[in-house]
Amino acid sequence: MKTITSLTPAMLADSAAVRVESLGPQGRISLRARGDLSALNGALGLDLPTRIGHRASTEGMEALCLGPDEWVLVLAHDRVDAMLAALGAVYDDHPHSATSISGREVSLLIDGPRAAELLAIACPRDIATIAEGAGRRTVFDGASVVIWHDAPGRFRMDVWNSFASFVAQTLITGARELAAEPVEGG
Amino acid sequence: MLLIHCPYCDETLPEAEFTYAGQAHIVRARTPSDQTDAEWEEFLFIRENVRGPHFERWRHFHGCGRYFNAVRDTVSDRFLTTYKAGEPRPDLSELEGRA
Ligand SMILES: [Zn+2]
Repeated sequence: MKTITSLTPAMLADSAAVRVESLGPQGRISLRARGDLSALNGALGLDLPTRIGHRASTEGMEALCLGPDEWVLVLAHDRVDAMLAALGAVYDDHPHSATSISGREVSLLIDGPRAAELLAIACPRDIATIAEGAGRRTVFDGASVVIWHDAPGRFRMDVWNSFASFVAQTLITGARELAAEPVEGG
Repeated sequence: MLLIHCPYCDETLPEAEFTYAGQAHIVRARTPSDQTDAEWEEFLFIRENVRGPHFERWRHFHGCGRYFNAVRDTVSDRFLTTYKAGEPRPDLSELEGRA
């Protein structure tokens, strides 16, 4: 099985039905906090969404609410240290946990008219419940993943390194099956 | 597959996102050193194993990550309700009237 890593981005599947790519290194911060979030919002330069699955973004950074006190921040790799320092500066006002998890995961791009169908082969959640512009942590073929719905037919999936090759193999197999089927009306 | 309502996500989702975590409302003694062996035994090992509505914990493992409580009928496997951890035990007679 091919090893999937963010160090060597690769095209994993490519057809008219759906394209699957592993993306390059990505800065990521796991943020845990409770209570009045205004001090953190000030440091981040955005208002953290408080509804699970909702997203907020500012120039070069995106936040997704994963749980009642948990967010993942996605930003450029070289901005992670500065962002952690900015959060650290408000720590005394608002104790929280902010940890770089940049190296923990691989992001996969799943793009094409049948992208949602490809996710549905191994995701028990109804993909339609993840609205465009939203995201969720859920399960794909037994592995915890975070799915971002970026645009119609375009998703990103963040998966831990240790599961990435396995999850990618499932996606490659599914993409091959979808490519072999005639497109509806085509 | 069961569909379970997570009270934190406020969504009804497939069982595969959740893990079961045993009987609910089992409170650890505030002063453990005051417990007798019989009380420890009760706390650690003695469970109800009811036939009918069972108060139990679940965790939205592949989701928000939170533990919460549920009332599930062990005969029909039907969930009567779910509620956030720390909230009081719901009134069973009201729940059964609704079901
Ligand atoms: Zn949840």
